[in-house]
Amino acid sequence: MVDALVFWVLATAILGLGIAVVSARSAVHSVLFLVMNFLLVAILYVTLAAEFVAVIQVLVYAGGIVVLYLFVVMLVNLKKEPERFSDPRRAARTGLVLAGAVLAELVGIAVVVAYRGTGTAVTTGGLGSDTPYATGNTEQLGWVLYTNYLIPFELASMLLLVAMIGAIVLAKRQLGATRGADEGSGE
Amino acid sequence: MDAFLETFVTPLLKIAILLNAVLVAVTFLVLMERKVIAWAQSRLGPMRVGPYGILQAIVDPIKLILKEDITPRKVDRYVFTLAPIMSLVPALVVWSVVPFGPDPLYYISDVNVGLLFIIAVTSIGVYGIILGGWASNSKYPLLASLRASAQLISYEIAVTMTLVSVILTTGTLNLIEIVEAQRDSGLWFAFIQPVALVLIFIGGLAETNRAPFDLPEAETELTGGFHTEYSGMRFSLFFLAEYANMIVISAIVVVMFFGGWLRPFPGIEALAFLDFVPPWIWFTGKVFLFLYVFIWIRATLPRYRYDQLMALGWKVLIPVAIANLVVTGVLKVLL
Repeated sequence: MVDALVFWVLATAILGLGIAVVSARSAVHSVLFLVMNFLLVAILYVTLAAEFVAVIQVLVYAGGIVVLYLFVVMLVNLKKEPERFSDPRRAARTGLVLAGAVLAELVGIAVVVAYRGTGTAVTTGGLGSDTPYATGNTEQLGWVLYTNYLIPFELASMLLLVAMIGAIVLAKRQLGATRGADEGSGE
Repeated sequence: MDAFLETFVTPLLKIAILLNAVLVAVTFLVLMERKVIAWAQSRLGPMRVGPYGILQAIVDPIKLILKEDITPRKVDRYVFTLAPIMSLVPALVVWSVVPFGPDPLYYISDVNVGLLFIIAVTSIGVYGIILGGWASNSKYPLLASLRASAQLISYEIAVTMTLVSVILTTGTLNLIEIVEAQRDSGLWFAFIQPVALVLIFIGGLAETNRAPFDLPEAETELTGGFHTEYSGMRFSLFFLAEYANMIVISAIVVVMFFGGWLRPFPGIEALAFLDFVPPWIWFTGKVFLFLYVFIWIRATLPRYRYDQLMALGWKVLIPVAIANLVVTGVLKVLL
């Protein structure tokens, strides 16, 4: 009863903040609503007894990624008029299609779960004993990640590595370009 | 009824006591800083209010509360008000997991991922500085807040990497279990992970914007830094947050490396008579010892230049932290 109440209050607040993110006038306000949104999602994880995921949510999203968002928002001049030749309706249409796709995926997952149950990942594994995961969900998560989901986990880390190298390459090229410009238009 | 007492009343009482204790500690820490720096410079420091100026710690906050609280006209009103709150709240929330002693009386909650919780919550504290600088709509605060965010993000990586190597040694993220591990091994982790201790201490100085890393409020270049436009109570919230964060960093260092509430040399039986001192006094004493070191460093070292600061973070601390992590991992497997 209390759990349900907490869930609905949190869910309402999260949705409301989500709407506030896309409707706020100032980009900095948007980012702030996003932080609050992430924090509330973290509380939602706590109510599901997923302490570790909750803390990582705060650490990575609210504490790391959004700080970088703020950085960008503060450094980029947002008062610029939109490009004259771009069609604002095209962006809206693309957004609508993408939102529809995400909604379809969520509904799909819900339907599949309803038919099949919540999958087998969480109930298998364990440290070879009859009472696995006695020490809480941090160990449980680590165990599952490095056994049942090893390949997706490694793929994700490869993806991050590639993104990192990509960022370095992009930054390097820009450095070379400005140096070339300083040296004059010889080439 | 008992359940009600246990879930609501007792924790609330503990929270109230702890919050008051931390805030009072902050006011006396400010006095301590003024006194220690004065002694370092062959001065007396505050002497007028009370014996040896001890009541200065009470007079200062009263002054700050009574001062006029100005909101400049061109600021972003909501964010300007929110920023000091966002910087103080995380500095106080962290205390909910810090163990002052072995039994439940001495801590508010026993969180299984305590250490991660602290890292996560302190990482929220950056917002106060960034938003304060941005919302002021003024050039020095903005510059200061950009500096601060770059600095905090850089040093956070080094500190977190180092904490991972300590976690590898203990095998737990629970702060209470970390202290108990030190009791069982009979050695403070300062002796097992000396490199990590140095890294975390330097990183902690940088993350709390303390000298020699106090570039976000370098008064000679940026007037007041990110809080130039703040006055009165809102300024004092930033002030409180900075000092509360100092205490938090000292507490983390004490819990992770200096045995938390344990007496010195917990492995040596001959020193067992030291146990007559209650655990929370050991803990507080050690924390204040580190606060003294913080102040001592401020009185001794000149400020870094900005590029030196970044170079130190990225080219020294992070590589050393990674090397320490690898060495710890290898030793952990071999031993």
